[in-house]
Amino acid sequence: MAAVDLASIAKSFGATKVLGGVDLDIADGEFLTLVGPSGCGKSTLIRIIAGLESQDSGSVAIGGKRVDHLRAHERRVAMVFQSYALYPHMSVRNNIALPLTMSRLSLWQRLPLLRLLSGQRRQVMRGIEADVGAVAAQLQLEHLLDRKPAQLSGGQRQRVALGRAMVRSPDVFLMDEPLSNLDAKLRVHMRTELAELHKRLGATFIYVTHDQVEAMTMSDRVAMMDAGSILQLGTPSQLYEKPASLKVAQFIGSPAINLLPASVANGGRIELFGRPLALAVAEGQGASVTLGIRAEALSLVPGEPGHAGRPWFSARLRRKENLGSEYILHFDLAGRDAQGVTMRASPAVAASLSEAAEFALGFDEAACHVFNAAGDRLEPKAPGAATASVVPLRA
Amino acid sequence: MAEIALPAAGPVAAPITPAGAIARRLFSLVLIHGILIAGAIFMLLPFVWMLITSIKPPSEIFNAEISLWPKQFYGVENYSFALSKAPLLRFALNGVILCVGILVVQLLVAIPCAYALAKLRFPGRDALFVLVLLGLCIPVQVPAMPLYIALAELGLLNTYFSMMVPFFLSVFAIFLFRQFFRSFPDDIIHAARLDGMSEFEIVWRIVTPSAWPAIAAFSVFSAVAHWNDLYWPLIVISDAKLAPPPLGMMFFADAETGSNYGALTAAATILTAPLVIAFLIARRRFIDGITMTGVK
Ligand SMILES: Nc1ncnc2c1ncn2[C@@H]1O[C@H](COP(=O)(O)OP(=O)(O)OP(=O)(O)O)[C@@H](O)[C@H]1O
Ligand SMILES: [Mg+2]
Repeated sequence: MAAVDLASIAKSFGATKVLGGVDLDIADGEFLTLVGPSGCGKSTLIRIIAGLESQDSGSVAIGGKRVDHLRAHERRVAMVFQSYALYPHMSVRNNIALPLTMSRLSLWQRLPLLRLLSGQRRQVMRGIEADVGAVAAQLQLEHLLDRKPAQLSGGQRQRVALGRAMVRSPDVFLMDEPLSNLDAKLRVHMRTELAELHKRLGATFIYVTHDQVEAMTMSDRVAMMDAGSILQLGTPSQLYEKPASLKVAQFIGSPAINLLPASVANGGRIELFGRPLALAVAEGQGASVTLGIRAEALSLVPGEPGHAGRPWFSARLRRKENLGSEYILHFDLAGRDAQGVTMRASPAVAASLSEAAEFALGFDEAACHVFNAAGDRLEPKAPGAATASVVPLRA
Repeated sequence: MAEIALPAAGPVAAPITPAGAIARRLFSLVLIHGILIAGAIFMLLPFVWMLITSIKPPSEIFNAEISLWPKQFYGVENYSFALSKAPLLRFALNGVILCVGILVVQLLVAIPCAYALAKLRFPGRDALFVLVLLGLCIPVQVPAMPLYIALAELGLLNTYFSMMVPFFLSVFAIFLFRQFFRSFPDDIIHAARLDGMSEFEIVWRIVTPSAWPAIAAFSVFSAVAHWNDLYWPLIVISDAKLAPPPLGMMFFADAETGSNYGALTAAATILTAPLVIAFLIARRRFIDGITMTGVK
């Protein structure tokens, strides 16, 4: 078993800088997900860990030992590719057996004709056959062993690719968007299977995806990348509840977080649509900030808005989206056509609302995320100083 | 301008009826197929003429009138004369040895080269590929002289080797396979490296099996070219026992037959038959290979 330590990995392709000094320590047996928008360098990073690409600077250590000088197959890592990368002309059996024949047979035992001279070969092949059978049984592939990859469905190919990775019992599994070619239902199913596989094998998993749901549901920790560097590293709930930057907040969570423009007034107090909030930050007066409010933090304000003492703004209901167990309500902000907000609601609440009507949407200051103009998270100032000046709303 | 481009858009714009559309489609089909058939006849005619001549008696061959079928069937005589007077099977065997020998070495050399040019990253790769493209532009006649001198100095004239050696390195094969390999998925190569394969094993066990259409296509190109080559064997071979088909035909025409065209065309038919049969067998793959690599 092995921890993976990356120290300031940098990589450029020609003039384009793809990775700019990535530091990442992954614990033994951890399920770490690399998530980020397309083209941010996730695949490049994972290929560097695998030894398929060489970094310009920095080093990779697996199990405490530097592996920069080792070639891909000497690093005891296995990889599952988005395209599955099965050998098209080999049967499923041979696809899964190949890593074992490569490591257990010598070169001349693999050569055509010459291999017939080896007495040991039979015995080794029987061992390989047994191992392939065991892996196939775990993945329910036994009845497919004699087919060619072209004769399999996407989900079956996926499992063969997993089998080929598992059969070597590697210390580290690298997975580059292994589920993105599957249909939605199978993806949900495979998500559970992968999580269980991780628990059963106890190996280190490094998983690349640009699907934030996969990142949230499977991982011990998530590293959110953008433009070749890690924006935030933490547990899924840390990323969701305390996004370190605007980009993380926008990327994590579905529906996407609501972003509202706000400004800083006297004493660092934040004003939203001209109304002061019970929220203050260490920022100069007049600075513009962005307020992030998740869809579940919004609620309808019954009766006359403002009386409940909660901050609010008015919005017009544009569309109701039925997800079965709940509704996603899409609102347009009054006077700001380009900008909308989304809110979660129970079916009972949503049924009573008519489209195109105006509503007051309320929220709690505690659930707000504040970001400065550069997109960095701002922590609210000591509550004493902030609340003292917002008496009118608290009354 | 508009009137030329749109003849239908006259003052009374005729509505496009289904019947009109079908008629126009039919017309264009007939036109296209007519042109193709004419081309095919033009290319096949010499071949058909050879077949017919090979079963005609001498008197009819020099007849002024053109006839598609001989009045007197003289095939047995012509073919048995050709087979008995010239070692045709020996020529054909020489041709097979020559073509197979050249093809095997060409593939052994060109496939790894093409893989390196298509999939490996190393300094100077693009410059090397430009050299390959330049190599495509050099005709065989250019290095003929130095090659001949070298072979003569080494005492290798009049051997199979001397007939094959100039063609062992085929830049066309490198180019063709490189284009084909470029579309091979990188991920599969990465997977093979992770599984512990060396680059040579990747070439022969993973990439080559997927390249059968290209290999079949190239094999046809190569075999046709060297089966029919007269130029180089004429330079290095003087021993009739080593002569490949065209050179053998030349010896045959010189020595015995002079102007026995019936026997000559019978010999030519026998010597072209293996090639035609081989092509018919490889036809499907040949077409796949050509369309896949975009070489037309
Ligand atoms: N071999 C290469 N040569 C040149 N540029 C490359 C190469 N491989 C990747 N890149 C560039 O590096 C950047 C990062 O690529 P990478 O494949 O790591 O992105 P990614 O995060 O995996 O994206 P995706 O989610 O779409 O898979 C991209 O801008 C890409 O164009
Ligand atoms: Mg990628």
